[in-house]
Amino acid sequence: MTTYDVLFTIAGAISVASALLAVSTKHLVHSALWLIVSLAALCGCYLVLGAEFVALVQLLVYVGAVVVLVLFALMLTRAPIGRSHEHDTSLVQRAAALVVGAATAALLSAVLVGAFGNSRQRINGGGTHLLATRLFGSWVWPFELLSALLLVALVAALALARLPIGRRGATEGKMR
Amino acid sequence: MIHSAPPMVVVGLLFGIGLYGVLARRNAILVLIGVELMLAAAGLLFVTVGSLTSDTMRAGQIMTIFVITIAAAEIAVALGVILAIFRSRGNIDMAQAGERE
Repeated sequence: MTTYDVLFTIAGAISVASALLAVSTKHLVHSALWLIVSLAALCGCYLVLGAEFVALVQLLVYVGAVVVLVLFALMLTRAPIGRSHEHDTSLVQRAAALVVGAATAALLSAVLVGAFGNSRQRINGGGTHLLATRLFGSWVWPFELLSALLLVALVAALALARLPIGRRGATEGKMR
Repeated sequence: MIHSAPPMVVVGLLFGIGLYGVLARRNAILVLIGVELMLAAAGLLFVTVGSLTSDTMRAGQIMTIFVITIAAAEIAVALGVILAIFRSRGNIDMAQAGERE
């Protein structure tokens, strides 16, 4: 066990445990808050693997923006603050989902550990300078394409927000 | 030096947990949280493989940045759709999705 192993195991365990809480808690708002913990711990995993810039982007975009967006959506759709059983699925569906999820996790872990070897390897991730050179050199056109995609998503979200729909019945007379 | 098994196990577990969240939840926003966990697992896999191999193009880390960006775009549009559905139906229950009222 090296220091890397210990640190990665700690960060990964926090990430997995809080992800488990995020999908199983009955408090809707707590679910989004546990997602923050999970993604922040994942940022720690990226740091251990030597990907500092990815860790910063993860913290900034995911924890800072995406989860805040999710929390706003929860508020706007009038999520209850306390425990809520209004949207619970049936026990059968939850058991089936548990089986499928556990089977997928086991299969994926087994295949990946088998494919990438159960060995010790040197970490080859550091160097934000090289990452910047590659990002704005070899990868610049996909990067620009992605900025166009973000613009399209922004316009689409704006168009969706302004769709002329009201509560059913309230605007029915107006629409005809 | 790092042992290559723990990152792979974390990837598998995060993906499985995300899949459970997608299948077992009826609130549309909680389903999205499951999707986010699956995308996070994909990003961790990219970074891990990039770090453990001789990745001179830094493709692993750059793909993860791309995945994070696409996830941000996806969640903006998805939350727009969810809010539009909430305005028209008054709830965001996945069990009633597709039914005519």
